[in-house]
Amino acid sequence: MSERPQKEDIEYWRWQEYHRIFSDKKWKNKDLITAGVDVGSVGSKAAIMIDGEVYSWGIMRTGSNSPESAKKALDWAMEGTGLRLDDFKYIVGTGYGRVNVPMANKAITEIACHAKGANYIWGPSVRTVLDVGGQDIKAIRCDETGRVTSFLMNDKCAAGTGRGMEVFADLLKIPIEDIGSVSLSVDEEPPPVSCTCVAFAKTEAVGLLRKGWSKEKVLAAYTRAMAVRMGNLVNRVGLERELVITGGQSKNIGIVSRIETILGVKCLPTPNWRDKGLDPMVAGAIGAGLLAKALYEKERKR
Amino acid sequence: MITAGLDLGTQSVKAVILKDGEVISRSQAFSGFDPARAAEQTLDEALKKAKMTLNDLDHITATGSGMALATNSNSTISMMGADARAGVYLFPKARTIIDVGAEEARAVKCDEKGIMIEFVLNERCAAGAGTFIEAMARALEVKLEEMGPLSLKAERASPINASCVIFGESDVVTLIHRQESKPEIARAVFDAMADRISSMVHRLGVNPEVVLIGGVAKDVGFVASLKRKLGIDISIPEYPEFAGALGAALTAAGKVQRSKK
Repeated sequence: MSERPQKEDIEYWRWQEYHRIFSDKKWKNKDLITAGVDVGSVGSKAAIMIDGEVYSWGIMRTGSNSPESAKKALDWAMEGTGLRLDDFKYIVGTGYGRVNVPMANKAITEIACHAKGANYIWGPSVRTVLDVGGQDIKAIRCDETGRVTSFLMNDKCAAGTGRGMEVFADLLKIPIEDIGSVSLSVDEEPPPVSCTCVAFAKTEAVGLLRKGWSKEKVLAAYTRAMAVRMGNLVNRVGLERELVITGGQSKNIGIVSRIETILGVKCLPTPNWRDKGLDPMVAGAIGAGLLAKALYEKERKR
Repeated sequence: MITAGLDLGTQSVKAVILKDGEVISRSQAFSGFDPARAAEQTLDEALKKAKMTLNDLDHITATGSGMALATNSNSTISMMGADARAGVYLFPKARTIIDVGAEEARAVKCDEKGIMIEFVLNERCAAGAGTFIEAMARALEVKLEEMGPLSLKAERASPINASCVIFGESDVVTLIHRQESKPEIARAVFDAMADRISSMVHRLGVNPEVVLIGGVAKDVGFVASLKRKLGIDISIPEYPEFAGALGAALTAAGKVQRSKK
């Protein structure tokens, strides 16, 4: 696992950009090589698949230019693999910026891709996928093959999304990757805040801190409120086990554990992505890579 | 008969003193972290301007999101009730009152006596209130009061995500990087807000005469966008930010009159 150099000054919102190759797998020219490129509002993810198995991926922040971000993410997934763009039989673009993935053969919604990716990561028992991305939250129901049966998403509102959490990280000066554990470090869970608007939180949080609340308590109250919103969305779409969480917020233990409490079910555990596991943030890109394979095979049959 | 109305808003506190149906004094201050104290000081200031003391007041009515904090008031009135009262006092034919403040917006339907019949609220979301304009002005590096005049220079609006302040901010930054014109971005901000407010008003039904009050009514950019969206003319009083406090002072006068009967 290689890391990008970080800037000197502290940017609390900045999360780790990284890429990974499963180097124990080797590719040959006859293999069916596909890719999924998920250009989200906050993160761009690319996954390379060999015969329907994950080979490598890259995760980086989305820049102001979607096509450029798509290209960079795929380049990073390709780095050190010896693969060239010509080697890909089929590429699927997905995510918020999916129509702006220049190398893609087809664009597919991230809802279909997340369900497919979750099915690959956790197996056929997954029935409900909560995808918490940079700018929206989606509750997705799927069957044992990872095909979407229904879904709901929130209006464009930052409450609970990755972008909203980045604002909190900056506001409270807590590194984004510690946000979850810090929110759980309170002795007693405070009641959730009544207003989840992230824009208002900027002033309200300051008020709470002045009242003598600790950073941890403020964060716990907000995280709780965000988890309640997500729980409501899951309940509205109809919770059926097993439940999994994908997207960047799957790494926020403060959100995950509170959702479990609110819904009264355990999520299937997040793979140990820092070691050898599959990162649930890449679920959409993996799903896109799998759908790319299926589409390629279908086109060849014709 | 002399009464006072206090409006404890999320951003500022307003006081109005009413003598025999005429406004004789107004005062305004930031709410800060102690709105109760701010309310006391604002009322003192208004009394000073009118050359009066607290003892001259027959009744004080408080309104606004912080009305429960007011220490010196005799009664309270809901914000919607105060809006209706003030709207019909200022424009007797008013039947729809739109109040857009710093952190809240609402539309109120009322009768010819200024009694509220029905209302719709936008609360807990910054995208439909003055905060949205402030945040976008910051992102654009333009003074808040320049936003309106700037937006009037644009023929069209830039595409921005208008349903959330947080996403709107990132969109504005992207547009600036792309060197899009500031007036077009400013117009997009007002169009987006006007869209939200107009859909709120449509849920009530647009009954003329439509009156716009609240601090945001002073913004020419927002007013232009809202008129375009609603497709009808809108009446705006001279001191729209004091309308809530005026409604409270009128309510106070009503209470005094009733107790005398």
